[in-house]
Amino acid sequence: MTAEEILNSLKAKFGDAIVEAKLDAPQPWIVVNPSRTKEIAFFLRDDPATRFDYMMCLSGVDYNNGKLGIVYHLFSMVHRHKIVLKAFCTKEQPHIQSVTSVWATANWHEREAFDMYGIVIDEHPDLRRILLPYDWEGHPLRKDYQVPEFYNGMKVPY
Amino acid sequence: MGLLDQRFENGNVFVTSLENLLNWARLSSLYQMQFGLACCAIEMMAASASDFDIMRFGIIPRATPRQADVMFVAGTVTLKMASRIKRLYDQMAEPRYIISMGSCANCGGPYWEHGYHVLKGVDRVIPVDVYVPGCPPRPEALLEGIIKLQEKVRKESLVKKPA
Repeated sequence: MTAEEILNSLKAKFGDAIVEAKLDAPQPWIVVNPSRTKEIAFFLRDDPATRFDYMMCLSGVDYNNGKLGIVYHLFSMVHRHKIVLKAFCTKEQPHIQSVTSVWATANWHEREAFDMYGIVIDEHPDLRRILLPYDWEGHPLRKDYQVPEFYNGMKVPY
Repeated sequence: MGLLDQRFENGNVFVTSLENLLNWARLSSLYQMQFGLACCAIEMMAASASDFDIMRFGIIPRATPRQADVMFVAGTVTLKMASRIKRLYDQMAEPRYIISMGSCANCGGPYWEHGYHVLKGVDRVIPVDVYVPGCPPRPEALLEGIIKLQEKVRKESLVKKPA
């Protein structure tokens, strides 16, 4: 399927949950409602026409204008086609629905997005920090992150 | 022929001080705490392998700090790892030595400015005896560091306090 056909089938099924799309990009992307990512992901995985059975990558992003987001790169082993999904949220309300129940790969990826950007993944089965120590404060890949002076009595800056 | 038959007739007697003997024994059997942190650990493994063979210096990897004499801090010390390194160091029996291997363990290396998660030098948590520069150092550089440490052990004294 082309990106346009995927977009049309999503729009027919979910209507206003599909916020915007850019199809002439090198990797065409579709922006979806952050509180409905799970059902959209289930549809993309299980619909015989799309069959996105492989989530290649899940990335957190800080757009440096108060907006955070998660980018999902999807691939279909059956149809050999790709699509990129995006879900945006704000720093004040950093909530995006989990897709771990759709692709189990997403579990650790979403924990990393939470660890580094503070995006709260709703309905995640085990939302803990994955890389940083549990007592770490803040989310270091945010653009406004300030490096702490001390961590557990150890000086951090050079 | 028995093992001890001609031991003393052939002049195999030497006189030394107890201090020298102890130092010689210790510097010839520096057991190593077996762990690595980053790419420096790959060079450390190369140094352990047949080409460089650090076992000829008497260095044998031990899987527990309680049997180790020397710790190679080979790689990037993250803040999360720093407390673990401190604990491993505390579990080593004295006398104990630290070789800081590579730029990361020496001073933070490439993470010195933007590494929010990196300890800028392992000497902020444990005392270091020998610093080996390089990113990562070649196995020869690690061997040089080991020889430097052996020189340090050779000069130690039972009675005189170290300067």
